[in-house]
Parts: sequence; structure tokens; C-alpha cells
Amino acid sequence: MQKHTISLLVDNEPGVLSRVAGLFSGRGFNIESLCVAETLDPAISRITLVTRGDDAIAEQINKQANKLINVIKVNDLTGTEYVEREMALIKVQAKADYRAEILRIVDIFRCNIVDVSPAHYTIEVTGTADKLAAILSLLRPMGVKEIARTGAIALGREKK
Amino acid sequence: MAVLKEEGVDTIFGFPGGAVIDLYDELGRTDIKHILVRHEQGAIHAADGYARAKSSVGVCLVTSGPGATNTVSGIASAYMDSIPVVVLTGQVPTALIGNDAFQEVDIVGITRPCTKHNYLVKRTDDLARVIKEAFHIARSGRPGPVLVDLPKDVVQGKAKYKPLPEPRMASYHPTYQPNLKQLHRAMALIKEAKKPVVFSGGGVILSGASKELTEFGKKLNAPVTASLMGLGSFPGSHPLWLGMLGMHGTYRANMAIGECDLLIGIGVRFDDRVTGKVAAFAPNARIIHIDIDPTSISKNIPVTIPIVGDCKVSLKALNRLLNEEKVKFTKKARKPWLDQIQKWQDTKPLRYEQKDSIKPQYVIERLYELTKGKAIITTEVGQNQMWAAQYYHFDHPNCFITSGGLGCMGFGLPAAIGAQMACPDRLVVDVAGDGSIQMNIQELATAVQYGLPVKVVILNNRYLGMVRQWQELFYKKKYMATDIEHAPDFSRLAEAYGALGLKATKPEEVDSVLKEGLKSPGPAMMDFWVAREEGVYPMVPAGAALTEMLLV
Ligand SMILES: Cc1ncc(C[n+]2csc(CCOP(=O)(O)OP(=O)(O)O)c2C)c(N)n1
Ligand SMILES: [Mg+2]
Repeated sequence: MQKHTISLLVDNEPGVLSRVAGLFSGRGFNIESLCVAETLDPAISRITLVTRGDDAIAEQINKQANKLINVIKVNDLTGTEYVEREMALIKVQAKADYRAEILRIVDIFRCNIVDVSPAHYTIEVTGTADKLAAILSLLRPMGVKEIARTGAIALGREKK
Repeated sequence: MAVLKEEGVDTIFGFPGGAVIDLYDELGRTDIKHILVRHEQGAIHAADGYARAKSSVGVCLVTSGPGATNTVSGIASAYMDSIPVVVLTGQVPTALIGNDAFQEVDIVGITRPCTKHNYLVKRTDDLARVIKEAFHIARSGRPGPVLVDLPKDVVQGKAKYKPLPEPRMASYHPTYQPNLKQLHRAMALIKEAKKPVVFSGGGVILSGASKELTEFGKKLNAPVTASLMGLGSFPGSHPLWLGMLGMHGTYRANMAIGECDLLIGIGVRFDDRVTGKVAAFAPNARIIHIDIDPTSISKNIPVTIPIVGDCKVSLKALNRLLNEEKVKFTKKARKPWLDQIQKWQDTKPLRYEQKDSIKPQYVIERLYELTKGKAIITTEVGQNQMWAAQYYHFDHPNCFITSGGLGCMGFGLPAAIGAQMACPDRLVVDVAGDGSIQMNIQELATAVQYGLPVKVVILNNRYLGMVRQWQELFYKKKYMATDIEHAPDFSRLAEAYGALGLKATKPEEVDSVLKEGLKSPGPAMMDFWVAREEGVYPMVPAGAALTEMLLV
């Protein structure tokens, strides 16, 4: 089942998110992540949604989303040129003998440490889902206490 | 109210309450007719029946909380069948929303998945625009119900009304014009086909395309079948008519789908009651599918040529192409295919035997004869619905009004009331089951109050018959919770409501009861005690292939 990253432009009004989410739950489509915020036009929001399904399901998802009255545009980025990013905040245990290693990883992945306490670092990392998975696998053995992820956002690339 | 008038609303079906008392007060100052139902489910079904009989938007008005929740089944039914209705619900004042106020429910949340769209109006200034949009959305594209939730303070507020232009919405523009390239590709398949079948659905009726469909079928000299919702889109007395398709479709229609090499589905959605086992549906056919809703296409059945467009516009275009290219399909060229269909028809026609007890099919046949096929028929749900579909032959669209997609028991009587309001000069008959009729029987009072001469024909088998039939066939005749022998005497109940009540228990009484009931000037309820364990056949068991029919 292929991953699909779908970008929706929707009316920025109450209830719209619930219409989109309701469509997915009602029709049994899954949502891996979902991210919403206003665009430059305050009347319009962008929802970036990651889902999985075969071609027929992806086609239905696109058509069904388009059918919602508050959805202005549906763009399935899968198979097109696009950039995708996700941010995570990772709170990792910072035991004395691990600190240097953590700092090295932060450096290699070009992350930031955004909060420090005697026993923990909180790391901010941005990248593709693969990059996030990679850094997590390195940090996990040191003891990840908490994690918060934004879900993916994406935009199509302009022609060069 | 000004917007309602502008939208051509002349009738509202409703039931009042605290949250809409201001609206009612204002309604009393207009010349819009208000039909006071006895249960809000009656109001929404009546609006649905009105919309279908008149091909316009039906309107229903109810109060907040329980008034609103009582409409939900009816909204879901209208949604499944794509019927344009606007539902106006009262709501608690905006300041109280979210406080669990008296008679507050989040009806916009509740009906989100069963409306085409819905609104909560927060400012009086938005009121006119929203109502205008609601009508626009309900009737355009693939039609459907739209709910507008009206907080009490919003309708109490004053706003200056200036007439608004037709709404233009950035995010809503249905496709009416079919793609020409696709039409040409469809034409190529049509020319090649040796064994085509035309399959018509509710979309043909909704877009007013029955004339075009009939012309198309005749031009192709191809047999035509229809879904339950499509009955009447092609004349039921025409030699090319196959009868209904699907679970209780005719033998020849279901066999024809199994054999055809081209299936042209128009305004249909290939629902599971029509397709049977999907993998075995039209196994030898290429499929052309015309529908205004792109989500209907390739949802259940993969199609060869998808055409997104209005049925009427698309059929007109195809008919024009057939004319321009002078493509003709003679009787002779079609003979092998039509002969085959005739053979199926001759071996396994719809049949029943009228013996000692009244057969329900006989009642419908007599009803058909006595009304000369000219009545508007509404139905309840179950066996009664299927017998009406099989044995009343519809020559015209908008004459068969049934809860198809949802199969909502209790639909028929209120829908008949709505249809009678839409068509005061027509004969309107609700073909009912003894179970379903009890779900909205209170609407007899509405019919009596407004002098609406609707006729109810109860096929009284003292069973929840359709469920009993499944138990007979698939659950070893264990009739669990389907015997409803304990019931009122419907003819006396009708009298209690002030309607005419009649009863027939023997075959020879059928005609006289029908005649007396049909010619009476007011509402009449006719109770036919039919053979209890009669079944609806043919029947395709759920999940089986269409050609695997159980026959009598
Ligand atoms: C509101 C609702 N509840 C339950 C059902 C399930 N159901 C389908 S047909 C049927 C039997 C209907 O009985 P009756 O109205 O007597 O019709 P018959 O089949 O006997 O003609 C039932 C219970 C339904 N369709 N709608
Ligand atoms: Mg019954």
C-alpha cells in the first residue's frame, strides 16, 4: 500500500477539519498524519494529509475530498516533484556519558537543542520522515522520554 | 422568508417548538403553505416526497434538540437517494451554544456525514446568503439534503434584505458538460457492441433525462434495465424494457447483465443490491459509466469509459452523435441478442399463483390495472416495496417514490403526503407493509387535517416479511422477532383518524375494496390480508452472483 501525501486547500472556517476527518473515518480511509494552518489568505487553510492505500483507494480519497463543499483544491503530491518536511521535538535523557554522543548526533543531523535541564536535552529536528526515523533510532538507546511530531507538510516543486 | 419566496418555496412541512417560534410567527404572515405533521420524521419524508414528485426542492422546518434529531433518518434517506431538500432547524441562542442548554444538540455535527452540506448561521447578516446557498447546493450537481441550523437570536435579529445574485462558490462547481473525447470513445464501443444493455438509475430521473434516455435506448435498439431508483426513467410497457435489475430484479435483466458485452450505466452508482458479487458482475462487458458525481465512478465497479457529466446533457450529446454519424442499429442486427432475452423472459417470467388467499402480487397487479398505471406510487420498505417495483409498471419518471438507498421503514405515508401536496390532481398511493406503516401511521391525521386524499394499500402479512423471508431461506425458518400478528385493526384505526378504512381477506374482495378506496374523495387505508409466507422472487442471495437467482 503506497503512501500518499495529499495537500488540500480548504475554507478556513469552523467544522471544516471535522468534515475532512469525518470523511476519512466514515469511509474507512486511514490518516497517518494531518497538519492544518492558515495560508497567506486568512480565509483559506492548507491541510497536509498523509494516508496509505492502493490506487483505487487513493482515487476515491481524492474524489471524495474534492466533493466536500468546503474543499477548494485537492492535490495528491504522490508521484510528482515535491518537498516534504516534518518537525519533531525529542526529549532525550542526557546522562553524563552520553552527552557528547548526543551532541555529535545533533551536529550530524543539523538539529538544535532547544531546552536543557540537568538530566535531559530537548532536540528540535526537521526533515523527511526518513531522517526523523534515522535520528530516532540513534537516540532511542539513550532513552527517549517524550516525543512530539508535527506530521508532514509539503509543497509541490516549481519547474526549474 | 423573502429568500424562501424567491427560491420558489410554496410549501413547508414542519413542526414547531420554542427555538423556531419566531420563524413560525413570521411564516404566518406569508402565503407559504405550512403542513403541520405529527412527527418530524414525517416532515422530512414529506419534503422528500414533495421534491421527487415535483422535481424541485422540498423544505422542512423543525425545532432544536429533539425536533432536529427526529429528522435524521429522513435526512439520511434523502442523502442516499440524492434528493434535494432544505432542512431548517431551530437552535438555542448563540450565547448558549455549547452549554448543554435546554433542547440543544449539535445537529450540524450529527448530520455532517448524511447531508450534502450543512450550516450553522452565526450572524443575522449571513442568513440570506446561507439560505440562498443552501438551495443552490441542494438542487445543483448531484442533489442532496442541506441543513441550516438557525439559532434563536439570529432569526430574531433584524437585517436589511437585498436580493442576492445566484451564489458563486469558489469550492463548488459541479461538472455538467461531459468530456467530448470520452463521448467519442464511448461511441466507438457502442458501435462495436453486439450485446449492449442500457442501465438507468435515479440520476436520470433527477436530471430530467427520461426522454433522452428513452430515445437513446430506442436508437440503440438495446434492452434497458434500471435500478430501483431508476424505475420510470424508461417506459415499463416498452418491448425493450427488461425490468428491474439486482437482488429482486427480473430473471432476464440479471441474465442479460451476465451475458452483455457492453453495459452503459447512466446515473447509477452500482450499489451492492444491484451488483451482487462484484467480481461476477457483467463479467463479459466493457462498461461506460455516466454520472455527475465523480466519486460514483469506479467506486464499486471498475469502468472502461468514465464520463463525468449531467445525465441529460450527456445523453443529448450521445443522441446527437448517433444522429450525426448516422449510426443505426436495426431490429435485424439486434435479433440474436433480443431473441436471447425473449427466451429468458419466456422461461422465467415474474410469476405467482393466485389461489385461496390473497397474493400480494395480485393486489399490486389489480392496483396497476385499476389506476391504468397512472398513479404516483410511494412505498414503505420490505417485500411490499419490491412487489410494487416488480408488478406496477412505471411508464413515467417521478411516479415511483421509495426510500432506495437507506430503506427507511415509515417513509411511504409521509412521502405520499408530500407528493400529494406537490401534485394535488394526481392519485397518490402508498404501498405499505403492516410493519412499516406503523412507524409513521400518525401522519394519517395530517392527511385528514389537510384533506389530502392519499390512499394506503397495506399488504398485511402480519410479518416483518422481508426479514422473515431471509430467516426462511438462510436461518432455518427460525422466525425470531418477525411475527407481528399483534397489531391494530388498520381499517378501524383509519376510521379513528377520520379516514376511510377498508379491509379485504378474500381474493374476490380485492377489486371492490380497491375500487371503493381509490374513488373515495378523502384519505383511505385499505388493509389486504395477504398470504403470510409469500416470498419475493427472483432473489439473488446477498453476496452471490446476479445470475445465481433463487426462483419460484
Ligand atoms: C427503520 C427500519 N428498521 C428496520 C429495517 C429492517 N427491515 C427491512 S424490511 C423489514 C420488514 C418490514 O416489514 P413490513 O413493513 O411488514 O413489510 P413486508 O416485508 O412484510 O412487506 C425490516 C424490519 C428497516 N428497513 N428500516
Ligand atoms: Mg409485513
